[in-house]
This record gives sequence, C-alpha cells and structure tokens, in this order.
Amino acid sequence: MRLLGFLARRGFQSVFVLLGLSILIFIIARVLPGDRARTALGARAPQWVVDRLREDLHLAQPLVAQYGYWLGDALQGDLGISLVTRRAVTDDIRDFLPASLELVLFSGLITAVGGIGLGILSARHKDTWVDNIIRVFSYMGVVIPSFVAAILLLLLFGLILDWFPSIGRLSEGVPRPPKITGFYTVDSLLAGQFATTWDALKHLVLPAVALALGSLSQEARITRSTMSDNLSKDYIAAGRALGVPERLVTGRFLLKASLIPTVSIFGLDFAATLSNAFLVELIFVWPGISRYGVNAMLRKDLNAISAVILILGITFIIVNILVDLGVGALDPRIRLRGARSD
Amino acid sequence: MTEPLLDIKDLYVQFEVYGGRLEVLDGVNFRVGTGEKIGLVGETGCGKTTTMKAILRILPEPPAVIPRGEITFKGRDVLKMNSAELSKVRGRGISMIFQDPTAALNPVFTIGQQFEPVIRYSSPQNRRLSRREIREKAIVSLQEVALADPERLLDSYPLQLSGGMRQRVCIGMALATHPELLIADEPGTSLDVTIQDQVLRLLRELVEEKHTSVILITHTLGVVRETADRVYVMYAGNMVEVAPTPKLFANPLHPYTQGLMQAVPKLTGGGVAHGIPGRIPDYLSPPSGCRFHTRCPHVMDICRREKPPFFSVDGGHQVACFLYDKSPEARRDEAVAA
Repeated sequence: MRLLGFLARRGFQSVFVLLGLSILIFIIARVLPGDRARTALGARAPQWVVDRLREDLHLAQPLVAQYGYWLGDALQGDLGISLVTRRAVTDDIRDFLPASLELVLFSGLITAVGGIGLGILSARHKDTWVDNIIRVFSYMGVVIPSFVAAILLLLLFGLILDWFPSIGRLSEGVPRPPKITGFYTVDSLLAGQFATTWDALKHLVLPAVALALGSLSQEARITRSTMSDNLSKDYIAAGRALGVPERLVTGRFLLKASLIPTVSIFGLDFAATLSNAFLVELIFVWPGISRYGVNAMLRKDLNAISAVILILGITFIIVNILVDLGVGALDPRIRLRGARSD
Repeated sequence: MTEPLLDIKDLYVQFEVYGGRLEVLDGVNFRVGTGEKIGLVGETGCGKTTTMKAILRILPEPPAVIPRGEITFKGRDVLKMNSAELSKVRGRGISMIFQDPTAALNPVFTIGQQFEPVIRYSSPQNRRLSRREIREKAIVSLQEVALADPERLLDSYPLQLSGGMRQRVCIGMALATHPELLIADEPGTSLDVTIQDQVLRLLRELVEEKHTSVILITHTLGVVRETADRVYVMYAGNMVEVAPTPKLFANPLHPYTQGLMQAVPKLTGGGVAHGIPGRIPDYLSPPSGCRFHTRCPHVMDICRREKPPFFSVDGGHQVACFLYDKSPEARRDEAVAA
C-alpha cells in the first residue's frame, strides 16, 4: 500500500518534471537562429513550398500556441520528421532505443555485479595484495574515459586476441531475431534461436564492459570504503560479542547496511551511461540512440534532438524512482521518513 | 580463591597507527570469580573498553595487536582459540552490553531480525528451532527487560525506539544467550539520569536472578558501591588497585583512587569536588615506570624508573604503588632515605 502511494506520488511529480523538460526542449529548439522550414527543405526549395511548411508548422503563430500544437502532437506520439533519416522520429527511436537500452542494461549488470563484488572482495581483504590490486584497477577505471577503454578493448580482445566480435550487434549471416522487445538477446531467446542469442551476447561484451568500467570502478571504491567504515561500527562488534557467526555479521548484516550509498551512486551513473554512450556506440558501430542523438545535433535535426532529450529525461526519472525504491528497500530510515511525511 | 571464571594475566594491547604504536594496555591483571560482580572504574580512555573487547576478541585486528598476555576463560586461553572455539565463548559464555545502544544496533534491520541469530546460535538446541519458536524466546527476553508490546517491538527498527528502549533491547539481547559472564560497558551513560538509574536497577535484578557473573564498567562510583563485590581501578592501561568494595571505599590506597574519590561531589558536608590535576598520558610515548607518576602527589624516584607490581595489603586488597612496598629492600631504602 505504501509502495503504491509512493509510486503515485512520484508519478504525479514526474508529470511536472516532464512538462518542464518539454518547455525547455521546445524553447531551445525555437530560439536557435534560422528559419526552421527553410532549414528543413534546403536552400533550393521554392519559396511557396517553404511557406506551406511554415503554415503546417504553425510558425507564424505565437510561441505559446506553437507549444500547444507541439505538445498535442507529442502526446499522440508524433514528434515530427527527422531531417536526416526522413522518417518519423518516433520510428527512429523505436529502432535505435532498444539497441542502446540493451547495451546500457547489460553494462549496468556488469557494473552492479563487478563493482559490488570487487568492493566486497577489497573490503574483506583490506590492505592485502588483493585489495591493492583492486584499488589500482579501480583508480584506473575511474580516470580512463570510456572511449579510451573502448578502443583498448577493441584492439586487444577484438583484433589481437580475436576473442570477441568487434563491431555491430550481430555477425554477418546470423539471422536477426523477430522484433518483440528489440533486445536481440531476449528476442532470439523467445524465438528459440539460441545461436543468435550467443552471437548477440558476444557482441555485447566489449562495448558493455567499456561502458561499465568507469562506474564499476566507482562502485567498487564506494562499496569498499563504506564496508570498511562500517566494519568498525559497534553493531558489528556487538554481533560478534553475542555469538552471531562471522558469515552473518560480515555477510548479511554488514552488507545491507553498506550498500546504500552504492545503490544511489549506481543509479546516477546508470542514467548518465545512456547519454554518455555515444562514443562507445560510435567505436563499436552500435546502432544506438546515443549515436543517433549526436548525429542529430551535428546536423541540427531539431525534432530528433528534442526526442532524444525527452527519452533521456524519461530515463532519468524512471531510474531515479527505481533507485529511491532500492534505497528505501535497504534503508528503513529513508522508508520510514517518507511514510511519516505523508 | 577457587578457579576463577575469567583470568587475565599480563595483557598488553597496542594499536598500530601512523607514526608508531599506541601502547594502550600495559600488563593488565584481572580476575573474575564464578558468580562474582566486578566493578571496573577509571576515567575515559584508560583502556576499560579495550580490555573488555580484548576478552571477546572483538578488537579490530589490525590495527589492534596483542603482543603478550593470557586471557583464560574457564581454563582456556581465549587468545589461542580458533574461530569455532571462539564462537562458543561469545554469546553463551560471555556476552556484552555496549556503551551506546544506538551504535550497537544495526540501523537497517528490525529488532527481531537482530535477535534471531543471537538466540539461534546461543546453544546447539536453539539452532534447530523454527522462526516462530525463536521469536517466542525473543519475546520472553524483551518481557524480562520490562518492555511493553514485544510483538510490535520485534518488527520495529532501532530508529523507532527511544534511547531507553534501545538500551533495554541491548540488555535483553545480551542476556538472551544466558551468558555465564556479562560485560556491561557503562550501560545507560548516553541516557538521562532517571532512565539510567532504571536501566541499572533492572540490570542488577536480572543478574541477581540468573546468578550471572558481571563486569560492570562505569564512571559512577556510587553505582559500583551498590552493585559490585570487588572493584578494580584502572589508570592508563594498568590496573592500579583492586579491593572488596567496602574496603576500597573505606580505605582507598592508590593516590589515583584517592583522587578519584575526592573528585566525586558530595551531597552532605558541603564538600567541593577536587579533580586530579593533569590528564591521561599519551599512549604513543607513555611515561616510564608508573604511568601515574606524572600526576602523582607522592611521586618517588623509583616511580619514574620502575613499574610497580601489585602489592598485597590485606585480604584481597592489592595496590600497584611503591608507597605500599613492604619488602625488605624497600624498607632498607626507606631507612637510607631517612
């Protein structure tokens, strides 16, 4: 019940966030110099065609009215036509977003498992060689930008060792799975094409690892420091003093108390990954939304830019809600405070 | 005395820090007999809690190091135990109530979740109990410490309880293992005086009822007087005096104990409390000889050179101070000095 209330409240708040975001997007797209109709049609289009388009786009009307039309269309799922692909922006997104989401989710999985795992390992073996290696590794992970990691991984594992395919989502000749979720791994599993699943997974590894490296290192560092801080807390000593077995004291009891900061940072990092993915997508020729967005920016493809920003905004909102849920599930102090303010 | 329950001999504990080692415990000798109630007094930072944590082996090692000493519990040296043996001592052998109940409870687990493993691992029989049965036992423990509505308490988080309730929960947990020896580290210090008084009264009743041996750490001499059979006085990592409670209060021998007694404000007689000048020495480079010599009003040459051993004065009254050295050599020295 409390959960439903929380979701309803956050959903309601999100509407306003999105509304604000839409106004921002709309204004940014309109304050840019130049005639949008002319830009869209090109210099050689006859004037009457341009005038027609101006009318269609309601460009002569006041900005507020224009926003009304734009919002109405957007709510109906019409975000306009992309100048670059000459297709409906929503169709583009339907094609490109799943590729990015699959990549980002997979890299999120690597971040969570690897980061928390290394953090625990590091804290357990604090100040030993294990800890030192992990710390050096995570310092490097934090400072090396994901595109450098991407290139290094591509060269080493893609070209020199040739363990993983280096570009695209599938190898040539591998049948594409039918489109259900847009995630090749999931769709091929659903369709029973296990060879395709394997191939898609192999294609995911390098870009996902490249993308995960930074936040993974950050998670490992945070998990380590929180755990070793908490290890000197009285409740750990008290658990031991009362005969609670060590595996529970430093497992269950320490872990739950220590993962709270990790989860919040993970959420922030995860949402940012989607927008930071473009260089990695570029390097691995990954047909994702991030690359699409950057291309749109370079070409002043306003409809596409607006759509991508909107998608990123929505992702941030969803991830934030999930993180708050996760942190609330771990930490009664936050959960109960939330309930009290109802 | 018969075989003591707990016997600490010549215990040293040091902490590795940047720039050296803190020599905190400096040859501590300490005994608790079966069924005995021991008071342990001394100012903050003198090593009381460190000694207690060493007994349970819950000092963080590193940075803590125990280079020397023996901690014998029921005839076996805790310092030589492996983790399986240790886990039999912790909880059912010795359990502990911590100074600050808020810090001693894990903030992200309910009281019930924290009670469960404590009861489950306190005896081989309990390990086979169902959750429901463990819960029943936890409820009994909470009722013992006079907490109302234990069912609801078990499902509450520490932050939903008051300080006094948390302290009671901690006492309940520490007694739920039916320990032979209970260490109570300044219970209630973080609470207001009336609650503290209630908590101590409750604790006294419970250990009386269960015939548990107790080590009660406190700053408050009054509490010791009411509770303890014998009192140890600790200063800067050394036990400086031990005596049966009435003897210690009637005739404090160590200059530090005397200072401690004078530092207590009296309600009658209009006496003003006198503090002991100076403060506890730096453990990085503690004073040579008797660690109290820097603050002692009766300091002699030998105090700066040598560490005083325990001198027996009479019937269980011992004091680590050269003023009470009645050996032939000491008397000769006195004669020479005269």
